[in-house]
Amino acid sequence: MDFRQKRKLVEAIAFFIIRSSAVIICLALAIMLGFLFVKGYRAINWTFLTQPPMDAMTRGGIFPAIVGTFYLTLGAILVAFPLGVASAIYLNEYAIEGRMVRTIRLGINNLAGVPSVVFGLFGLGLFVVFLGFGSSILSGSLTLGFLILPVIIGASEEALKAVPQTYREASLALGGTKWQTIYRVVLPAALPGILTGSILGIGRAAGETAPIMFTAAAFYTSKLPSSIFDEVMALPYHIYVLATAGTHIEETRHLQYGTALVLIALVLGVNLVAIIMRTRMRRKQTY
Amino acid sequence: MNRAQKRRIGEYLIEKWFLFLATISIIVLALIVAFLFKEGIPIFKSVSVGDFLFGQLWYPTDEPADFGILPLIVGSLIVTAVSSMIAVPLGVLSAIYISEIARPSVKEILKPVVELLAALPSVVIGFFGMVVMAPFLQKVFDIPTGLNIVNASIMLAMMAVPTISSLTEDALHAVRRELREASLALGATQWETISRVVVPASLSGACTAVILGMSRAIGETMVVLMVAGGAAAIPESIFDSVRPMPASIAAEMGEAPFRSDHYYALFATGIVLFFMTLGFNLIADYISHKYKQVGTATL
Repeated sequence: MDFRQKRKLVEAIAFFIIRSSAVIICLALAIMLGFLFVKGYRAINWTFLTQPPMDAMTRGGIFPAIVGTFYLTLGAILVAFPLGVASAIYLNEYAIEGRMVRTIRLGINNLAGVPSVVFGLFGLGLFVVFLGFGSSILSGSLTLGFLILPVIIGASEEALKAVPQTYREASLALGGTKWQTIYRVVLPAALPGILTGSILGIGRAAGETAPIMFTAAAFYTSKLPSSIFDEVMALPYHIYVLATAGTHIEETRHLQYGTALVLIALVLGVNLVAIIMRTRMRRKQTY
Repeated sequence: MNRAQKRRIGEYLIEKWFLFLATISIIVLALIVAFLFKEGIPIFKSVSVGDFLFGQLWYPTDEPADFGILPLIVGSLIVTAVSSMIAVPLGVLSAIYISEIARPSVKEILKPVVELLAALPSVVIGFFGMVVMAPFLQKVFDIPTGLNIVNASIMLAMMAVPTISSLTEDALHAVRRELREASLALGATQWETISRVVVPASLSGACTAVILGMSRAIGETMVVLMVAGGAAAIPESIFDSVRPMPASIAAEMGEAPFRSDHYYALFATGIVLFFMTLGFNLIADYISHKYKQVGTATL
């Protein structure tokens, strides 16, 4: 075998290994989703989606958990969206690179890296105990909101960056002030991108468990929340509770698979919507 | 005051208002530190810092209680180390595939796959580890329980791979085209170009990706809570069960009486966990700024 053939052989082997790694990742996702789907789809029916749990959570449905996750996610977005978009506006439109911006960015990066259970402790210490909100939708939403803040900032910044500089210059040249330019020109152009990114934040907030364990999630409530100071059930916590803490872990397996499937459908559905929206936007983008 | 002046003051106030909102992230980070310390420091009235960090016994509910978190720290480190052995090769190689080798049509499928993997809720991955991976490992290796270091590491790797893969891909993507063309023009094969030009050029980005992936693994809670087994002892083999720090906090906080020593100890564990991940993130930040690839000449 001459030198040339040998090099080709090395390349073929290397590419084979590289390709396999991509195949492994696809397989891992497929196996996980496939398994949960096959085991879970039988548990899902109208009763399951619209009834509260019954008989010490061994029968019945997950309606209160769906409602709880909806409220918590909505609350988180209400907290994170205005703050996130405003931070991105400052960083991309006003800030001049320097120590201040570098510090803010470092803060955002590190906030993104804080473990979810530490967010839970923070929520417990600040919202539940110190501010006296108790274990409630309010405490949980605030905790989740700060958790997804970096996601929203990142997405909004990217969307603002994609707006061409000429838009801003045209507006300023017509006599618009900086704020008028941002409010009437830059934000409308960036809005689809910002919304897409925020959808990813929704998916993240809906699936988190550890931050709501001590701040919002109830083991079991039969009635729906009537105010933001009520505890709620939530889908991720419900899976955890059924799978580890129940007295009938084996008998409720089908309910666990069912709940997991509902949560996955929700989170992946939200993400797929964002991915499709983004692809469409890129194709349509005129600038 | 005329109209122009009013406008100028308005603009000035708007800018300062946005500056304030942008600092919220830092304020939250500071509040996290403040409340961890506020609720965690009182434990050091009953246990010294050294005994807390290096004590080998964690029996928080015994009388008298033992608050030594060394087994928890070791548990966290070991699942992170084993999971990165799986996640680093998978993440980096898949990034090379997506960025350098895959055809555009394959890329269009692979990138969403990685994103969806990243989006899977951790509780679902933990659940999968409990009901599928645990019985499987138990049967294959003939061990008493499938809830152990190996299982937790595999599941954690599933969570770290997307982080590593997408960040490494960004780094590879940033390598300039001329570098590749120059290498190919000199007669190098595509693999030689990738292994000796593209990867070295993106090394700082890839390192950042790996560190952030590991940081994600060390702080991940639900997976280790559900599949690591929960034994608060220093493990002797990779088939032993462990109780990493996040698992201990999440499992025990519900039962710990409010503002008892146990409660304080769990917050103090949170402090250790927070500063470990903060350390990882600061190193990643340092590397990505210090060794930033500037132009083509610095290779």
